[in-house]
Amino acid sequence: MMEAQLLQFLQSQLGTQWSLIEPVWPLLWSLMKIVAILAPVVAAVAYLPYFERKVIAYMHVRIGPNRVGPAGLLQPIADALKLVFKEIIVPTQASKVLYVLGPIMALAPALIAWAVIPFDAGLVLADIDAGVLYLLAVSSLGVYGIIISGWASNSKYAFMGAMRATAQMVSYEVSMGMALIVVLMISNTLNLSEIVAGQGRGMFAEMGIGILSWNWLPLLPMFFVFLVSGVAETNRSPFDVVEGESEIVAGHMVEYSGMAFALFFLAEYANMILVSAAVSILFLGGWLSPVGFLPDGIWWLIAKISVLLFLFLWLRATFPRYRYDQIMRLGWKVFLPLCFVWIIVVAIWMLTPFNIWQ
Amino acid sequence: MGAMKEFVKSLFLTELFKGLSLTGRYFFARKITVQYPEEKTPQGFRFRGLHALRRYPNGEERCISCKLCEAVCPALAITIEGEQREDGSRRTTRYDIDLTKCIFCGFCEEACPVDAIVETHIFEYHGETRGDLHYTKQMLLANGDRYESVIAKNRALDAPYR
Repeated sequence: MMEAQLLQFLQSQLGTQWSLIEPVWPLLWSLMKIVAILAPVVAAVAYLPYFERKVIAYMHVRIGPNRVGPAGLLQPIADALKLVFKEIIVPTQASKVLYVLGPIMALAPALIAWAVIPFDAGLVLADIDAGVLYLLAVSSLGVYGIIISGWASNSKYAFMGAMRATAQMVSYEVSMGMALIVVLMISNTLNLSEIVAGQGRGMFAEMGIGILSWNWLPLLPMFFVFLVSGVAETNRSPFDVVEGESEIVAGHMVEYSGMAFALFFLAEYANMILVSAAVSILFLGGWLSPVGFLPDGIWWLIAKISVLLFLFLWLRATFPRYRYDQIMRLGWKVFLPLCFVWIIVVAIWMLTPFNIWQ
Repeated sequence: MGAMKEFVKSLFLTELFKGLSLTGRYFFARKITVQYPEEKTPQGFRFRGLHALRRYPNGEERCISCKLCEAVCPALAITIEGEQREDGSRRTTRYDIDLTKCIFCGFCEEACPVDAIVETHIFEYHGETRGDLHYTKQMLLANGDRYESVIAKNRALDAPYR
């Protein structure tokens, strides 16, 4: 609808010149949509480290960054400028092309996944029927950036770090996928917009307390598994053995400097926001309002993502780091069996007369 | 029964939520950060900062070149050369403290029989080249002249405990 209006406006304004633009219009329109989505995402990625520092500082009874600009709000810009002006050092023995490709491969999947995230009813870049599959596939691609950068650095520390990160991410992807299967079973669709819409139907939603009809309540264990797997998937504390700054040398990014290093940093935060968005959509009802008397809208999705991001930071400020074998045990021996059990429980539940997902 | 309790505890992640509630409470606690250049923490009168050489009220320098401070200095930061003056009293011709070596232990202050070398309350000083932190007799005497009132006050406060 917006496109039609914009087209009409452009045609009336440009007159004869319109014929010059017409052949490239679809490309132009796509670019505009991409910028409209990515600009806020990148801004959020830039400011998330600032909020992380603030939140953790507050939990340490400190104030956090407050020197650069009012309340330290220009800190991310100062950090970015510093990193931009630093030299990108390529180790002599490194595989040059892959070395440069690594950080790009780490960041790109976190950004292209936003194509299928529905922000509001009908407000989605690509409303494809395999949205969940796309999300899973693209988020798995981030592993390649890590393993490539670790290998291309030609440093044993970077390589071992890449192995740690890869093993962890692959392990938790399994339980994430299993938790997703339960959501798919009850939603009966792979389309993310329809998954959200499905959460708005049900007994509680009709009573005006939509918050109780979202997936998180009937699938509470899966919600928990997905959330914790998301934390592990993004290599965030308490599962951050990849970086492990207080114990071991940093992982796959140890040989990187300047903007190439910053890209890994951005990828981590972009992934955090993406996982928060995925949890909001799959379990917390996306753009739906928690109570009947308030209207649905994109602001609810933003609020839910913000709350989940705060939870990420809260976890980091609270828990000590997991040991590596404990991480693996949690993924394979606790979460995976739990998912299998819950798949069967929900499958049986759906066959009984008490099925709440008609 | 105990095992049962443990199982329930770990199933519902009681300990984790306890931890979260603790950090959650501290999130709203009053912040204790001291905004350094604008705010400063209180200083005791025994604070050991930048060194100074004192004078008597008549303007005569106190140091008699006994070299006890040089001998006691654990970091070997003090270098002294002395000679007899025309009026027969011993005085230093050179009194250097290398502040890059000094560990601010205060032994020189303790060793001094005439209270000549003291450490002041000053800690905000810097050097821009290596030599800047190599303090000579003139610089130390200048420090003493400049901060004499504060030094005298702090020594008076400390006197009852000596």
